[in-house]
Amino acid sequence: MSGTPLLSLAIWVPILAGFVVLATGSDRNAPLARMLSLIGALAGLLVTIPLYTGFDLHTPAMQFVELKSWIPRFNVNYHLGVDGISMLFVILNSFITVTVVLAGWKVIDSKVAQYNAGFLIMSGLLNGIFSSLDGLLFYVFFEASLIPLYLIIGIWGGARRVYAAFKFFLFTLLGSLLFLIALLYLFVQSGGSFSILDWQQMPLGMAPQTWLFLAFLVAFAVKVPMWPVHTWLPDAHVEAPTGGSIVLAAIALKLGAYGFLRFSLPIAPDAAHQLGGLVIGLSLIAIIYIGFVALAQEDMKKLVAYSSIAHMGFVTLGFFVFSALGIEGALVQMISHGFVSGAMFFSIGVMYDRAHSRQIADYGGVVNTMPKFAAFFMLFAMANAGLPATSGFVGEFMVILAAVEYNFWVAFAAASTMIVGAAYTLWMYKRVVFGAVANHHVAELTDITGREFFIFLLFAAGALGMGLYPQPFTEVMHSSVNELLRHVALSKIQ
Amino acid sequence: MEMQKLYLLVPLAPLVGAAIAGLFCRVIPRWLAHTVTIAGVAVACLASYVIFKDVMAGNTYNGPVYQWLTSGDYHFEVGFLIDQLTVTMMLVVTSVSLMVHIYTIGYMQDDPGYNRFFSYISLFTFSMLMLVMSNNFMQLFFGWEAVGLVSYLLIGFWYTRPTAIFANLKAFLVNRVGDFGFILGIGLVLAHFGTLDYAAVFAKAPELAGNTTLALFGEGEGVALMTAICILLFIGAMGKSAQVPLHVWLPDSMEGPTPISALIHAATMVTAGIFMVARMSPLFELSNTALSFVIVIGSITALFMGFLGIIQNDIKRVVAYSTLSQLGYMTVALGVSAYSVAIFHLMTHAFFKALLFLGAGSVIIGMHHDQDIRNMGGLRKYMPITWITSLVGSLALIGTPFFSGFYSKDSIIESVALSHLPGAGFAYFSVMAGVFVTAFYSFRMYFLVFHGEERFGKAADHDAHAAHARTDAHDDHSAHGDAAAHHADDTHAEEHHGLAPGQKPHETPWVVTLPLVMLAIPSVIIGYIGIEPMLFGDFFKGAIFVDTEAHPVMEELAHHFHGAFAMATHAVTTAVFWLALLGVALSWFFYMKRPDIPAAIKSRCGPLYTLLENKYYFDKFNDVVFAGGARLLGRGLWKGGDAGLIDGIIVNGSVGLVRWFAAVARLFQSGHIYHYAFTMIIGVFVLMTLWVTRA
Repeated sequence: MSGTPLLSLAIWVPILAGFVVLATGSDRNAPLARMLSLIGALAGLLVTIPLYTGFDLHTPAMQFVELKSWIPRFNVNYHLGVDGISMLFVILNSFITVTVVLAGWKVIDSKVAQYNAGFLIMSGLLNGIFSSLDGLLFYVFFEASLIPLYLIIGIWGGARRVYAAFKFFLFTLLGSLLFLIALLYLFVQSGGSFSILDWQQMPLGMAPQTWLFLAFLVAFAVKVPMWPVHTWLPDAHVEAPTGGSIVLAAIALKLGAYGFLRFSLPIAPDAAHQLGGLVIGLSLIAIIYIGFVALAQEDMKKLVAYSSIAHMGFVTLGFFVFSALGIEGALVQMISHGFVSGAMFFSIGVMYDRAHSRQIADYGGVVNTMPKFAAFFMLFAMANAGLPATSGFVGEFMVILAAVEYNFWVAFAAASTMIVGAAYTLWMYKRVVFGAVANHHVAELTDITGREFFIFLLFAAGALGMGLYPQPFTEVMHSSVNELLRHVALSKIQ
Repeated sequence: MEMQKLYLLVPLAPLVGAAIAGLFCRVIPRWLAHTVTIAGVAVACLASYVIFKDVMAGNTYNGPVYQWLTSGDYHFEVGFLIDQLTVTMMLVVTSVSLMVHIYTIGYMQDDPGYNRFFSYISLFTFSMLMLVMSNNFMQLFFGWEAVGLVSYLLIGFWYTRPTAIFANLKAFLVNRVGDFGFILGIGLVLAHFGTLDYAAVFAKAPELAGNTTLALFGEGEGVALMTAICILLFIGAMGKSAQVPLHVWLPDSMEGPTPISALIHAATMVTAGIFMVARMSPLFELSNTALSFVIVIGSITALFMGFLGIIQNDIKRVVAYSTLSQLGYMTVALGVSAYSVAIFHLMTHAFFKALLFLGAGSVIIGMHHDQDIRNMGGLRKYMPITWITSLVGSLALIGTPFFSGFYSKDSIIESVALSHLPGAGFAYFSVMAGVFVTAFYSFRMYFLVFHGEERFGKAADHDAHAAHARTDAHDDHSAHGDAAAHHADDTHAEEHHGLAPGQKPHETPWVVTLPLVMLAIPSVIIGYIGIEPMLFGDFFKGAIFVDTEAHPVMEELAHHFHGAFAMATHAVTTAVFWLALLGVALSWFFYMKRPDIPAAIKSRCGPLYTLLENKYYFDKFNDVVFAGGARLLGRGLWKGGDAGLIDGIIVNGSVGLVRWFAAVARLFQSGHIYHYAFTMIIGVFVLMTLWVTRA
């Protein structure tokens, strides 16, 4: 396999497939467009598999590296590579793309080619983010990936889609500008290098570290999203089509968290230690405050969106307790959240496609008409509530345990999600699924189709597999996470 | 190696059964569903017996099955610890589970969810076995939550009933409150011991206990590490084993079908907390504070939950409150370091309480799903097997000499008397008073159900039914043991409970009565057989640790013990015996001879009765303060914080600011040439002035 530019394939295969799909044009060719999209998505997934099988567990260094000059004048390179932190996200993203294409198979019937092309192109761009080792390249992918998502929400979204798309765009733009300034500062400071790896090794004083850290914090906090810059997410989710919600929750939210590990911690380690308390505080607010807000939601998508924010609070909390258990727990939580929230949004989509409502009050007794669906939904609800044997448990468990080591009361606050998380998830489940048939809309529901069953099966395999045997997921992280911790423990101030 | 495969077989056999019955529940016929699950549990039961023999021969085991996760320096494994404590639990779980599986064939006969039910109870058996066989805290927590999940699914089994789906959510959330403490306890263990493996933790505990305090509340005294760990772990036990104030879910869990009330909410799952504390005895022994805490919680539960049993009229709820009270007894025993006595009572209780529940279920079948004991009476004529076995169960429960419950309960009371820990005095009072209360409510129920006037089949019943309507909703899912009789009698019976006027109850089919008989046998004999080896022999040596110098209760108890036979004959000279007898006699007098007296007491002691009726207002308090408060807080944060402050003021505020700025800026772009020209002239003028004055 050596020599095959796997990462380039992971990026460009889906993008190319996206353009091919786009070429099929109008909806007269919709079946062809769907088929080509599926082939493209599967091909995209296939090329990422060797990243796992060929991954060397024993080195913290970047693997599958590709380095070509791109803009020599500014020393910008097409520099790709993955380590134990980023590799799994490339695979997860390619996996999610397959489910998204399948999820939109029957439901999307206008501008089919454009819709699928949007997801394929976005998939490639997202892979680009996770594998970029050049700051400017990262930034280009980071910003470019906004465009397809913006369009997906703005074109195939719900009634208030334009408002949601704008809010989404403006929030993230705000962060991006600070991010760009930080990158340019680093470029100058490093004597003209855009290499992220160079930046990580570069000594920096406390003041610049602090400013850089804060700039990164704003940029990434919006993406994660962290309280208080999270309010775009529920709106974006509510208006996004099912596929958009799945990608948004499963992958897009991970970008910010990934940024913390790739930029904030290694580039500004002293500031990270100094300001870690701030991030932990914001994380705990996300977990508790947002948990209660989720409890009060009447719209299922909003509820799951808020629960996503609370779950991402665990991720940022895990990063800033500075232990292997915490960081790996956070990474596990990110991957698990990809399966579980993806599945939750898909579940809501399945109901929405039939009854055209997301309001909890419009449902009740769904189990009577959709027993198979109810069983899957139960599984994912339990995973969302962090039940052992599901992936949702593993990350939470690791982060809570790591937090106890850091500070008992931090863990105490974080562990409250055991109660609140179960409360909002299962209360919603009770009102939607259990009970007698509530109205004629519910009575007319039909159970899931073979296609939907298959998608659920994919998600279930992820959530259960990771819950029962997380070792294959964490063993690839060890070297990189340990190296990161070693690096972060050293001061950069000279 | 061979034994290790057998260990693996024990949990996996029920899991396979559960998977087959569950995944294909809509495809396979009923006989296949119950055959595979019963076969799975039977295999587990037999294997447990073989393992029991093997452990008796001295072969204990502690080893991993697979590495679940590694992170940093931590290793988390799935593994088994097979010792005397484990095999005792394995035998109890698998044998009660097997009986309940068989019983279910009869009880759920007409239920559309038949296959699903079998899948759930086998899944439960798997989870419970994983819990008891674990050799580390992680897997313990897995089993802990998994049994909670199955309990949730089973309480809400009849998912169209509003009361059932309320009860299951409540059960899950209250248990989660316990788990919240539990996981923090586990976290402290990992943080200070660096491992979650039982053996390693226990080995290191005495050394760490002496010199570790946690500054949890700022710089000050600090809390002893062991006290913090043990109390947090015990909070988990309080949820699962339904100790005050986390007991509120158990009575409501009676919304589930009766077989699971017997299996999960009486015999096994609710005793997981007891088992856990016994398993953690090397840790609890290191903290007297934690032990006192355990004693106090246990004794409050033992006495005050017993009182509630007196005023219940739903046959299952009487048994449920009795379970709460008995769990309190076990907890008290743990607190006074009589862990083996607690496990002994856990075992005897598992048999006689499962028997009582299944007996109650049999009565419910006979009564066509009327659960109100005020509508029963004189059933002994019609249901002789149920009658005799229920009598056996009741006698065991109240501690009649020679019955199993006598040995375990009497040992608890004596060990409490011997303890000198703070709280033991109160505990002694509670368990003594509890004896009377237990005897009273048990025989109140017994007399009202099996003796006296036949109150069923009266037209007037239906008023009572209306009052009882909570449990009546959507009867179409209810189980009916005797389908033939049921359908012949009254095809409309789906919509109302109980016997039609003139209709008589009838004995239940053999699949129901066989488990009753099979459970009645150990309910009688297991105490007599078990007491000597389990309490005073070295049966639990190595599995349960007692610091005999600090807590010499068991040693002193051994001095008073002169054989099982002598213990029973000696009992007539003790206050315990007479208290129980008094309870029985009084209930006979009140409910058989002078039914006017309880009615009079009820009207005289209005406030007290109201207090009991409302279950000490725990439910109301939780509803208003916690459930209501959380929703209110959520709404407040959402509307006030997210929508009001962040979106309203900050986001829209900055949008507004931009808009205002734009509006101001727009004033300058009027579109009139002369405005621009004029501005330019002024500009040029200003610039020139500056340039001129520069010099």
